[in-house]
Amino acid sequence: MSLRHEDVLRILALLDASGFDELRLETSDYKLHVRRGGAAAAAGAHDPPAPLQPVRAESDSGTLAADRVQTEPPARILAPASAPAAPSPTNLIDVTAPLLGTFYASPQPGAPPFVTVGSAVDADTVIGIVEVMKLMNSVCAGARGVVTEFVARDGGLVEFGEVLLRIAPVAT
Amino acid sequence: MSVRRILVANRGEIAMRVIRAARGLGLESVLAASQADLGSLPARYADRTVCIGPARAAQSYLRVDAIVAAALGTGCDAVHPGYGFLSENAALVEACDAAALTFIGPAADQVRDVGDKLRARAIAVRAEVPINPGGAVDSPEAALSLARSVGYPVLLKAVAGGGGRGMKRIDDEAQFGELWTLARAEAQAAFGDARLYLEGFVANGRHIEVQLLGDGERVVHFGERDCSVQRRYQKLVEEACAVDLPAALRDAMRAAAVRFAQSLGYRGAGTVEFLYDADRSAFYFLEMNARIQVEHPVTEAVTGVDLVAAQIAVAGGAPLPFVQERIEFAGHAVECRINAEDAERDFRPNAGTISTAAFPTGPGIRVDTYVESGARVPPYYDSLIAKIVAHGSTRAQALTRMRRALLQCRIEGVVTNLSMQAALMADREFAAGPVTTSFFGRFIAARRDAAPLEEAVPSLA
Repeated sequence: MSLRHEDVLRILALLDASGFDELRLETSDYKLHVRRGGAAAAAGAHDPPAPLQPVRAESDSGTLAADRVQTEPPARILAPASAPAAPSPTNLIDVTAPLLGTFYASPQPGAPPFVTVGSAVDADTVIGIVEVMKLMNSVCAGARGVVTEFVARDGGLVEFGEVLLRIAPVAT
Repeated sequence: MSVRRILVANRGEIAMRVIRAARGLGLESVLAASQADLGSLPARYADRTVCIGPARAAQSYLRVDAIVAAALGTGCDAVHPGYGFLSENAALVEACDAAALTFIGPAADQVRDVGDKLRARAIAVRAEVPINPGGAVDSPEAALSLARSVGYPVLLKAVAGGGGRGMKRIDDEAQFGELWTLARAEAQAAFGDARLYLEGFVANGRHIEVQLLGDGERVVHFGERDCSVQRRYQKLVEEACAVDLPAALRDAMRAAAVRFAQSLGYRGAGTVEFLYDADRSAFYFLEMNARIQVEHPVTEAVTGVDLVAAQIAVAGGAPLPFVQERIEFAGHAVECRINAEDAERDFRPNAGTISTAAFPTGPGIRVDTYVESGARVPPYYDSLIAKIVAHGSTRAQALTRMRRALLQCRIEGVVTNLSMQAALMADREFAAGPVTTSFFGRFIAARRDAAPLEEAVPSLA
């Protein structure tokens, strides 16, 4: 079954008329993911924070061209909350995930986070946990400085080497 | 009622194994997969795949309602639970019964009987199966006095436990108070049940387990496996049959296992685990596992029986197609578990994308796996990625074939324990065999001393 531009427009109209914020349609031929403007990512979503297009459509048959869909007004469909952060300014230090796993910003659910924006950290300050196959791996800041930006989402999947947060270094 | 379409309520290599067995029997399979596994090899290999929830097992593979709904929604008439997850969960069995789905495994009360360690011990006593001296302890005082009569060292275990979790070894009275509190807390946290029991610790033991299959009337055994190579109670290498067991003792062990299952009117595949005390030439009942086990292929190699196919047949109501006297054992088989674990860094598990997977082939080699080049090893589940099984006419030949197979195996993109397994297969003490459960700790310590870690390696707490 192929998906045409008109089909997508009809799907968007249906979503608009419904009480739902998000729709995922997946068949063996294509994947369609649309989200209503402004809707927050569902709590506890487990998508890898891959750089999603405003509308992601993949088609083996090539029937659906992504650029056609993107002619829709951007306000209707919002980029996901986990859109990739801009490249790090050169004076900031990226603290990256040492392993692929689930990132936790606090030691237990409900507990305050290890660090927040503005926290002063040392090289051995624990900034989060990456859980891999039920094993908790602490992640250290690796440098002395102040946290300027939190990139990773608490409870989300992080890839090996993905930026978790950024630090403005402080000379020692 | 015979089975036509099976919902496979599991993932990884065992999902592949069940789908393959179903196909061999001319049955259809539907895989119940989490979002993280929708692109996996079993998801593409099954006749159909349905998503049962998010990556986290608690929201997918551990949800009885999602499994039953998936089975009913796809027109399945049976559910195969694999191992782990809900495989020994009586609530799933009952939910299947209520929905008129055939659960491929034992009855709910049998799952309960063997899942509770104290109940299982009582069944063992009634079936005249030897048990390790010890018993239930409900206070530190009672535990202390029982420990005195059993003699140190002793083990504190969770009544609801399994897989070595919530288990504490106590060497003397000075450690008692602290370890008692810790064991109770761990048992409560891991199993929601703080009850403990205590038994003598066997220093020089071998872990030997007997493979069984019952149809509710009759139980037959398929010999035993030696699973003494363990790290923190997790098996790494398994063999069939066990070598260097006195014939009378081997027979007694097999007969005791059959008696245990027979006394329950057991239906399905199951394993009775024993601890063999080499110093005293005695064996003790440890527990019964009411499921197909990871290491079942070594038994299949030496008996020529497809245990998963047999499991499906008896679940469908067929009588056991085996007579004990006709089950024969040919040669020796060894299995190495290939885990996504870094043996050089305290077996730290890792996940990621497998860039290259090239598995061994050749005479006597079998590989059960769910990965291929480009496959994803998700971080949410266990680290087992493949099982390599080598069969030979003798143990020496099986080990030779395994060493060759491990050298041929290439897995890149995630760190595995392949080189550790290769070293283990070449180890003189292991090759001479048999080893006890204390062997692996010594092997790893010797390896660590031989090749100290570089200082530059970044450390993680």
